[in-house]
Amino acid sequence: MTTATASHDDHHHGPEKGLMRWIKTTNHKDIGTLYLWFAFSMLLIGGALAMGIRMELLQPGLQLMEPQFFNQLTTMHGLIMVFGAIMPAFVGLGNWLIPMMIGAPDMALPRMNNWSFWILPFAGGILLSTFFMEGGAPAFGWTFYAPLSTTFAPDSTDFFIFAVHLLGFSSIMGAINIIATVLNMRAPDMKLMDMPLFVWTWLITSFLLIGAMPVLAGTVTMMLTDRNFGTSFFDAAGGGDPVMFQHIFWFFGHPEVYIMILPAFGVISHIIPTFARKPLFGYSSMVYATASIAFLSYIVWAHHMFLTGMPVAGELYFMYATMLIAVPTGVKVFNWISTMWRGSMTFETPMLWAISFVFLFTIGGFSGLMLGIAPADIQYHDTYFVVAHFHYVLVTGALWSIIAATFYWLPKWTGRMYNEGLAKVHFWWAVISVNVLFFPQHFLGLAGMPRRIPDYSLQFADFNMISSVGGFAFGASFILFTYIVVDCIRNGKPTTSRPWEGAKGLEWTLAPKADYHSFNKPPSRELIEAESQHS
Amino acid sequence: MNEEEYYVPEGTYWPIIGSIGVSTLFVGFANQMHGAEWGGSVMALGFAITVFMMFGWFGQVVNESTSGIYNKQVDRSFRWGMSWFIFSEVMFFAAFFGALFYARQLSVPWLGGADNNIFTPDLWNAFSASWHQMAFLAPGSVTDTALQSGTVMSFPVVPASGIETATPAMVVNPWGLPALNTALLLASGVTLTYAHHALRAGNRNQIVGWLVATIALGAAFLGFQIMEYGHAYQEGLKLTSGIYGSTFYMLTGFHGFHVTVGVIMLTVILYRVQKGHFNADNHFGFEGVAWYWHFVDVVWLGLFVFVYWL
Repeated sequence: MTTATASHDDHHHGPEKGLMRWIKTTNHKDIGTLYLWFAFSMLLIGGALAMGIRMELLQPGLQLMEPQFFNQLTTMHGLIMVFGAIMPAFVGLGNWLIPMMIGAPDMALPRMNNWSFWILPFAGGILLSTFFMEGGAPAFGWTFYAPLSTTFAPDSTDFFIFAVHLLGFSSIMGAINIIATVLNMRAPDMKLMDMPLFVWTWLITSFLLIGAMPVLAGTVTMMLTDRNFGTSFFDAAGGGDPVMFQHIFWFFGHPEVYIMILPAFGVISHIIPTFARKPLFGYSSMVYATASIAFLSYIVWAHHMFLTGMPVAGELYFMYATMLIAVPTGVKVFNWISTMWRGSMTFETPMLWAISFVFLFTIGGFSGLMLGIAPADIQYHDTYFVVAHFHYVLVTGALWSIIAATFYWLPKWTGRMYNEGLAKVHFWWAVISVNVLFFPQHFLGLAGMPRRIPDYSLQFADFNMISSVGGFAFGASFILFTYIVVDCIRNGKPTTSRPWEGAKGLEWTLAPKADYHSFNKPPSRELIEAESQHS
Repeated sequence: MNEEEYYVPEGTYWPIIGSIGVSTLFVGFANQMHGAEWGGSVMALGFAITVFMMFGWFGQVVNESTSGIYNKQVDRSFRWGMSWFIFSEVMFFAAFFGALFYARQLSVPWLGGADNNIFTPDLWNAFSASWHQMAFLAPGSVTDTALQSGTVMSFPVVPASGIETATPAMVVNPWGLPALNTALLLASGVTLTYAHHALRAGNRNQIVGWLVATIALGAAFLGFQIMEYGHAYQEGLKLTSGIYGSTFYMLTGFHGFHVTVGVIMLTVILYRVQKGHFNADNHFGFEGVAWYWHFVDVVWLGLFVFVYWL
């Protein structure tokens, strides 16, 4: 018999011992932990590449590296951060939190859950190995536009293609698992509109993943055959079209950016009510806004392509559709602000990260609106303004929420409390340095500095130096972050099952350090209502 | 196991074996394409490991299922899992259909000067955009001199019968083998449904009969598809024949691959029926494969209409 948990007997499998625990595990918490550590190591590797980029850009002129190597750095930095750090980190948070939040013992398909994780180190390994191949790593930018990635790319591109296939398998399996878990493992007395927002946002994100990742797999498959088997999808000489690559890529790529931000919205919607000590304002509008954003994300892709010579009607459509996204996003921002309005606010570390998320993500949202205006984009396209924009939404948006979530739920994961004083120092260090790093890039972009260029005209020198100094400081902040987390795991003071007095949610009803399997018995209706975010 | 208990399986080695298998397969494939002599053998090894994993993993699930460990909740999780897996497959095909529609409706006409594409007459003045003519792009007809002189577009090698009026029938006549294949696949959907009815009625001989018929129809489809590929290659329509050949072979090829997988899955189900794994109420393995088979069927209808007929 291979059953584990049962509600009526006490026989209960704890974790196995040693390395095999991590390789064989079917436990959502173990797998969540694996995801989070994997994402963190990828964050450090991707961050190290970014330090190389900023070092080269510290001063004008070619300082440290050949332009080709610089392009490898920008490409791999983007790929590693998107596919290796941000996405796995959110899947890790989902694994850890969703079963606890919906009153389930574990994920619906635990063995597949293990596989979704254990593909990642192989995919990441194949991707990183391209650095050591003849011709170097892919150097065509993380968007791998044809023909740069087909006709003119190094041999290592085929390894990159297969790595993307593997990452896609992993994401699709992870998404299927989350849908099955939320829809089938939820406590019988929890209705859909009782679900906490992190669960809602992840459910909707899963639909984005299942819709978008297979299209990415199709894109790289077409690249593979164009490169090796003589097809002409992206080659005008055979009647194909390089612009077609961009359409298919961005049909994946735009939902992808919401894949990286919707779970962040969920996290923030947990933290702000806790420290404002008020129910979340506009719960149902949050759910509908999330669903609207997800729907719109499928029909706006060509706003990344205003300069490809699309027909004007196409540009207008994609511009207006893009503007529409500001409406549900605005609903969310105002709901967060209204939640804080007249709340009994305190500013523990997770709240600091959450509030700065609202500020900084909104800056990234506004620069996105600027970029979404087709005539204006003619000026901004492919400049540092774009770089500043997507780093505001991905670093001070997605990554910010991941760090906020780490501090918020770390007590539940470890049963211990982190060092609040140090964590606040870390917050101020990070939030100041990240703005020194990315804010000047807006000015550089508006003044015309192109992205993906290792050298630049002299008039860009000052802002680049400021940005680089901010970058080094921001990079160093992760040393302190690592220390705080490790110190909490090892020496943190034991905490109670609900370390934040204003926190609501089923996860806080579990032991201070949550048990190996979350809920052996589904929680009652009374408990679900008492722990509801919005009543 | 009773209905109030949750089921969580114990630790498993199969996923890590699967990761090793699939990565070995891909690394071997990439090296094979780059001319490494050992690429093929590594690929074969990776494939063997992957097949071993599938036997082991599915075998374990089958054993657990037949020993009655699963409850209704597990069954529902499998159903959600299979349906969204099939949806992800739909989106995979959508990428290739998207490429077909975009090339056919937008980029090829643009190459031919549609909308205000003022460059076309100067660059490729002998080129007229017609989707079915694109099928006759001669492989390798883009010469170095053509590239250097700026006349990049290779001209279709059009049969004498007419330049302006290339029709689907000039490429692959849809009312020959493709229509026959459509009939075969639609019929296989019907026979599979009969097998399902027989399963619910608990009549094993009938199930086996209808399943064998379904598998035979699927295999016949594949046979005709191979024949058709042979014809097409002899007539000069190849994977390398420009955008028409690319979309034609990638769409029909991936579909054929899915039919092959479907036939294998049906064969496994046939074996499991004979082993007595299913009963009238509990046969998700059968249903999952049936869903997959209908999905493959529907994709074919899309192919028949948009690739062969129109």
